[in-house]
Parts: sequence; C-alpha cells; structure tokens
Amino acid sequence: MEFDWQPVWLTLKLAAVTTVLLLIVATPIAWWLSQTHCRLKHVVGAVVAMPLVLPPTVLGFYLLVFLGPNGPGGQLTEALGMDTLPFTFSGLVFASVLYSLPFAVQPLQNAFEALGTRPLEVAATLRASAIDRFFHVAVPLARPGFLTAMVLGFAHTVGEFGVVLMIGGNIPGETKVLSVAIYDHVETLQYDQAHILSAGMVGFAFVVLLLLYLLNGRLHRSES
Amino acid sequence: MSKMPFPKQSLFIFRLFLLMLLLTPLVAQSETVRIAVAANFTDATGRIVSQFEQRSGHQVKVSFGSTGKLYAQIIHGAPFDIFLAADEQRPVRLSEEGLAVANSRFTYARGKLLLWSADVERLEDGKAYLINGDYRRLAIANPKTAPYGLAAQQVLQHMGIWQSLSTRLVRGDSIAQTFQFTATGNAQLGLVAASQIKAWPHPGSQWLIPENYYRPILQQAVLLQRGEENAAAQAFIQFLKSSEAKTIIRDSGYAVE
Repeated sequence: MEFDWQPVWLTLKLAAVTTVLLLIVATPIAWWLSQTHCRLKHVVGAVVAMPLVLPPTVLGFYLLVFLGPNGPGGQLTEALGMDTLPFTFSGLVFASVLYSLPFAVQPLQNAFEALGTRPLEVAATLRASAIDRFFHVAVPLARPGFLTAMVLGFAHTVGEFGVVLMIGGNIPGETKVLSVAIYDHVETLQYDQAHILSAGMVGFAFVVLLLLYLLNGRLHRSES
Repeated sequence: MSKMPFPKQSLFIFRLFLLMLLLTPLVAQSETVRIAVAANFTDATGRIVSQFEQRSGHQVKVSFGSTGKLYAQIIHGAPFDIFLAADEQRPVRLSEEGLAVANSRFTYARGKLLLWSADVERLEDGKAYLINGDYRRLAIANPKTAPYGLAAQQVLQHMGIWQSLSTRLVRGDSIAQTFQFTATGNAQLGLVAASQIKAWPHPGSQWLIPENYYRPILQQAVLLQRGEENAAAQAFIQFLKSSEAKTIIRDSGYAVE
C-alpha cells in the first residue's frame, strides 16, 4: 500500500507558520488586554474569544464570502496584486490564525496578568524603559504562558477541519491537510489509510498535551 | 393522617401519559419516511416532498449529502428508508450487498452537467473559454465521492485538458459545495448540475455540456431494507414514479425517461 505523506507535511507546515504568526499577533493583544483599564477591554476580549464558541462553518462561510472576489477582503488582496485567498495555502494560514487566536491570546493574557504590577514597577524604578520592561521582565516571567500558547496554537491548527473544508477546495499539496485527507479516505471507504492517519493524530494529540503538562509542571516547580 | 393516592405531580404525569396513549393511534396512521438524497437533487426534493406530504399525510425527513458519503453512512447502518443517489453504481452495490430491497432500483432522473460562471459575460463561447480562457479556478465536485464530479472529470478528459488543468482545479465536497465555490466567485468557473442553476435566482453565464462528453448520469433510487415495511416509504417510491413527480423533476433541470 502506497502511503501518502503529503498531507502530513502540509499540516505541519501550516501549523508551524500559523504558530509563528499567532505569537506575533497574539502577544500585543494579550499584553494590552492584561494592562489596560480601557472600557473596550471586554469588547476586544469577547471578539478574540468568539472562535471558541462559533461553529467553524460560520467562520468558513464568512471567510469564503469576505475573501472572495466580491468581498472586501478579496478586493483588498486583489488591489495589492495578490490572488484571492480561498483555495490557497496563505488563505488557510489566515483562517487558522483567526481560528486559533483565542488559544494563544488567553494563556498569554493569563500569564501577563499573573505577573501583577510589582515586577514592572520595580523595573521602572531601575529606569527600565517600557520596551525593556516588556522584553526583559514580562516576557521571561510569562514563559509558561508562551509555551502554552505555542503548543495549543500549533495543536489546534493541526486539528482544524471545518474551516479548511469550507475554504480549502481540497487541493493536494496546497490545502489538503490531514483532517481533510482523513475525511476523504473515510468517504471513499479507504479505511486502512484513514486508520493510519487517525491513529497518528490520536498519538500526536496525547504526546503534545502530555509534554505541555509536564513542561508546565516543571516550570511552575522551578519558580516556587 | 390522610394520604393522597398520588402526589399532585405524578397525577399530572399520569394524565399526560393517558392523553398520549389516546393520541397514539392518530399519529400512527401517518408514518415517517427518512430519505437520503444526493445534493444535486435538493431543490426538486423540496418540491416533491411538499406535494407528497400534502397528498399522503405522511411525513418525510430528508438528509442531503454527496452520494459517496450517504452510501458510506448507509452501509454503516444509517437509519434511511430510501436512497436517491446521483448515480447507478451505489444503488447497484447496495442491492448486491443485500441492503436494498430486491428489484426496487429504478432511474428517477438523468442529470445534466453545465459549465457555469456567476459572471454574466464570461461564457459567450463556453467551450473555447474552458480550453483557452484566462481563469484561475475551475470548481468540480470530488470525482471520488460525487457522480457529477466523475462526469466533470470525464468531460475534461474527453476534451484533453484534464492534465493541463490540474493546478487550477478545486474540488467541492459535494456538487452543492462546488456550486457554492462558483456562486461566491471564488472559482470563476464551475462544472455544476443544471438543476442547481434552475434553482438559483441570480443570472450568470453557462454552457450546457454535450451529453456525449460524459457517461450518462443515471440517478437511481432504491428502497432500503429498513424501509421495506414502511407504508410511507412505499408510497413515496410510487409518488416518485408518478407523472406529477416527473413534471417537477423535468422542470428542475433533469431529463426523465
């Protein structure tokens, strides 16, 4: 039996790119949410958390319309001289960042909030600038939060299905990720292929979560 | 110390139960039939079902999906009484596997494939445009699970452009999703079912694919083992063969034998 590895590599690539972008996008949002007393805080928090409760079909449907040639997002990408995003790898990255955002923002926000004001105030009395305080005090202390955000963002992207099915178009090597490949195998009754991929996913999910708990446990211990 | 024979609440439940017992015979006369329907037949099914329900008093519950998915569900025990597939291959297999009632298989519609664009001006000469046109995406249904997808593949192979188009193809999970990709403009072109265009209120441009470009899409129905004793299922099959249903099917963009 010839086994098709392409969806596996594609999925890992998607998850890796998404995780990097997630950290870049989620860190400032989480920092702002943790520090601000602005009245909009809860509004922004709610918007960020929405992918947790919305069915992926809602996200998929709106992305298809929004990013299509007649939607504002699609007109923007075309004005920039790019292709429209549905059915492309970049489109999946965009969707995944949106979809996994709460999984990165919330652990980071919790970690930043857990710092309290004291370490930052101390750093300020030592004349550390705001940027110094962030990178040399907040970030190192929030390490467990970053680790959790990365692992959850990565794992959640690997497990994504509904959105990808709706805006991916099932293109091998471009948008046919693991979950869609499994779905295809099941639908076409190729259960042996489906079993290999599915069992792999079960193992992956377990190992990732176990590592996360172990590492977090160790970090907490080393702090105390 | 006097005690009520029943506490108040359980008396109420007891009465409710009696009421339900009384109503049961009324309900039993109209039965429910569950049918699994290939996605392309969605619109026609809605019209046929509402006619049928009015006439017979039976109830119909419909599940839509790609033929391949519904087939997989049926062989794993999905509770359907009737299967309206988009091909003959799956109903034949169900008969061979003993999951369908013997000799219940028949063709209820012959599907027509259409090249369609949501853009009114795109397809003046559909054939030439499909071969040489400047489009980025052509949506087809997944040939492995959807008969209209298989027909689309045959069309492109017949025209000798299956290989050269491979990077521009996007595959919908069913013909319904294929249509959705095309209607939202994300794919400039789509090979869809003629019936879908009939049901779509917005104009576009189209090319009706010559029928010798692909093997006939014989959409067949079978009565499943589960529905053998179900009066509503048998009545629905009869209705599907009636001239009244055939008129609806023809109006919905299919050929009828």
